[in-house]
Amino acid sequence: MVIEISCIEVWREISNYIDDVVEPELRARMDAHFRVCKHCSAVLDGTRNVVKLIADGAEFEIPAGFGSRLYSKLNASLGKSKA
Amino acid sequence: MAASSVPTNDREAELIRRVSRGEHEAFYELVRPCERAIYFAAMGVLGNSADAEEVAQETILKAFKALPNFRFQAKFSTWIIHIAINEARAKLRKDHRHLYESIHPEQEREEGDYRPRDFADWRDIPSEELQRKELREALKRAMASLTPKNREVLILRDVQHLSIAETATILGITEASVKTRLLRARLRMRDALAPGIDGSWTTGSDEYKKVRPWS
Repeated sequence: MVIEISCIEVWREISNYIDDVVEPELRARMDAHFRVCKHCSAVLDGTRNVVKLIADGAEFEIPAGFGSRLYSKLNASLGKSKA
Repeated sequence: MAASSVPTNDREAELIRRVSRGEHEAFYELVRPCERAIYFAAMGVLGNSADAEEVAQETILKAFKALPNFRFQAKFSTWIIHIAINEARAKLRKDHRHLYESIHPEQEREEGDYRPRDFADWRDIPSEELQRKELREALKRAMASLTPKNREVLILRDVQHLSIAETATILGITEASVKTRLLRARLRMRDALAPGIDGSWTTGSDEYKKVRPWS
């Protein structure tokens, strides 16, 4: 028998659930909750979408010219340290 | 940082040995794979691109000077990201920015449970029309709305894909704190991004699941 879990408890664990680091018993309780609670189900799907978006990485770009500026500074410093 | 030695890959170890023998060019090869991680770690703390770039440069210079003290107690990338985080935090303190952190109504309290918003009112914007540039801007704004503590964790876990353990080591916090801050960051991002785009984004991927409002 799966013991019911509250929405607040689900929200506390939703990030761990997405990362699959919850205990099996808790996972089963959360799964049962998601089947009947539309709000928490929407929170889960929306949060998963956000994690996937961020993980895509393409949306986070380093500034143009970052590499060349970085290595110019490093060159200048290495040049001084060689002298 | 852990006291015991951590196996680092052979290539990194060889490059570090070459740098210590005076082959400074090897340092470029060592750092190049970490550039992006360093920049985003600094960005996580500082929240703006110009400062993040400045700190990234300082980090690399500092790492070069500190390399003789590197004892393989962590992976090289973990070690240099740790330097980046410390440099970024030092800049925040130096600029006294921590004293002027704007507390706007939407910024979540750090104590207590975070309650994700209930979106009963959806704007009529089809997700297909959302441009990549708009999405990037929306992500930036959402990231900027996070507290630095939560943003740091989000960057390391979800942008850099570091493990919970590595993230805890770099930030000098417990794994439990990593999980708590990550939870708050993710829910805050979801709340900031969801309105008006019904919970799905077009990026050419079929993976994203449309989130429908409940009736």
